[in-house]
Amino acid sequence: MSAYTAGLLAEIGIGGIAALGVYVILATGQLSLGNAAFMAIGAYAAGWLTVTHDVGLTAAVLAGALLSGIVGVLVGFPALRLRGIYLAMATLGFGEMTRSFFLFFEPLGGAAGFSGMRQLQVSTIWIWLGIVLGVLVLLARSRLWLTLRAVNDDEVAANLIGLHATALKVGAFGMGAAISGISGALFAHWHLFIEPGNFGFERSTELVMAVILGGSTVAAGPVLGAGLLVLLPETLRFVADWRLAAFGALLILVLLVRRQGLLDRNLLRALTFRRRGAEARPEAAEVS
Amino acid sequence: MLLQQVVNGLTLGAVYTLVALGFSLVMGILGVLNLAIAELFMIGGYVGLTLVLADYPLPVAVLAAAGVAAVLGVVVEKVAYQPLRRAPPIAPLLSTLGCSVILQTVAVNIWGSDPLQLPPDLLDMRFDLGQASIGLAQVVIIAVAVLLVAILALLVQRSSVGQALRAIAENRDVARLLGVNAGRLTSAAFAISGALAGIAGVLIGLHYAAITPYVGVETGLKAIAVMVIGGTTSIWGVLLAGPLVGLVEVFSVVHGGAAFRDFAVYGLMILVLLLRPQGLLGGRAAGAQRV
Repeated sequence: MSAYTAGLLAEIGIGGIAALGVYVILATGQLSLGNAAFMAIGAYAAGWLTVTHDVGLTAAVLAGALLSGIVGVLVGFPALRLRGIYLAMATLGFGEMTRSFFLFFEPLGGAAGFSGMRQLQVSTIWIWLGIVLGVLVLLARSRLWLTLRAVNDDEVAANLIGLHATALKVGAFGMGAAISGISGALFAHWHLFIEPGNFGFERSTELVMAVILGGSTVAAGPVLGAGLLVLLPETLRFVADWRLAAFGALLILVLLVRRQGLLDRNLLRALTFRRRGAEARPEAAEVS
Repeated sequence: MLLQQVVNGLTLGAVYTLVALGFSLVMGILGVLNLAIAELFMIGGYVGLTLVLADYPLPVAVLAAAGVAAVLGVVVEKVAYQPLRRAPPIAPLLSTLGCSVILQTVAVNIWGSDPLQLPPDLLDMRFDLGQASIGLAQVVIIAVAVLLVAILALLVQRSSVGQALRAIAENRDVARLLGVNAGRLTSAAFAISGALAGIAGVLIGLHYAAITPYVGVETGLKAIAVMVIGGTTSIWGVLLAGPLVGLVEVFSVVHGGAAFRDFAVYGLMILVLLLRPQGLLGGRAAGAQRV
């Protein structure tokens, strides 16, 4: 495998995992414009553990995910008072605060960045992607996921039938944060150099774009979206300078004509030749 | 020294106030967060500074920036808001995010990613204020901001357009029943907020004597913090929050270093969201419930 191919595959894997973090949070109807911050927490925590404490990679990634998940729960709790746009604004603020924190937090390099990690294999990134995707696919078949969707569809009704909407929302926030943390930890050990600028508003935006483009109702959607975000500009070299504009336009187009994103359950079924009767019911509007 | 920081903070605060008024106008009337406003701010700055560098007088540059940003604001409305106005409010938020990404890419491709700089001798006159001094650029910035706020206040409180806008903010359906043309006024709100952001972009260009394609994300988004701190139920809260955030930013740089300022500003925003979601001046406690 050439270094070029490896680079692309690594970007897709890292982006895909991070986008899955946004996907889990969005599944409860909460839009996070600050998931890059959870990547940053995972990246710095795991990098610090492997560089200064000689911790193994797997343990460091798990620790990064754990820390990020804890912060996610801490953020998720107060965020319960906020809905919709207000929550989006709060996560945006949290994202910028976190980036700014790593900018002045000198023990982890501050503005000069942090380095010293040893590089991991691309296959490691994809194994992690497989694990996260597998867990989410299993989860999608569980009763827990149904309750998450119920909270998304109608929180009041979900509460009325005895679901604990609060716990579900905070849990989803923590889980999404932990998943993005895994991505950040892998990012740190692939690029070997991290700086706060890696995890700014633009990164959070890209993650949201990957989810909305690829599909926000099935776990494979965000991974497809992340793949498109990496591969399309490579195949369309002539639009390389305009790559982000093209995605902005695609994002608007998808919102207008196919709000559940490119990939949904019906398409996935058609692609995998699994037909289960005629339950081709349309997905509800997913961006809520 | 202290007085000097106050002057600098108020200058920055004047710029924030204008952009935040833009955010607040659309948010208060339509309940939509138009993220593209941050990039209209950046585009306005480029248009204005390009004209200033081409030796056009400053008022022409300001008006041109306002015009371009207002037109783009209406384009954003037609493309990203109108088709989604019945969708949940996160959908137009995402589509305006798409617009901001496009606008930023356009700016990078037209003007490059290096900063566009003003010659240092432009507006470098300074007036002595005893212990502090104020630059001509700062005087211009604060004067333009005060003038615009006054015009906007007159427009919203006295004119028929303003009356209709307030009626829509109060209750869109009833306003339409009473014969208010909601579609045209929506366009007007997007145009006015775009124009405010565009002019603020020229002002920030004068303040830093430079503009970059990233000023929208770095500075424009902070106006969201200003809007939240001021309270989204009334657009006038930002008149307090704008200068306040400008001062917080300047003083946090002095006491905590340059890297600390975003932390302080967004931290203040989150505190307000948690402790007083209706904002410092918000009357109704319904701020967080208005989804």
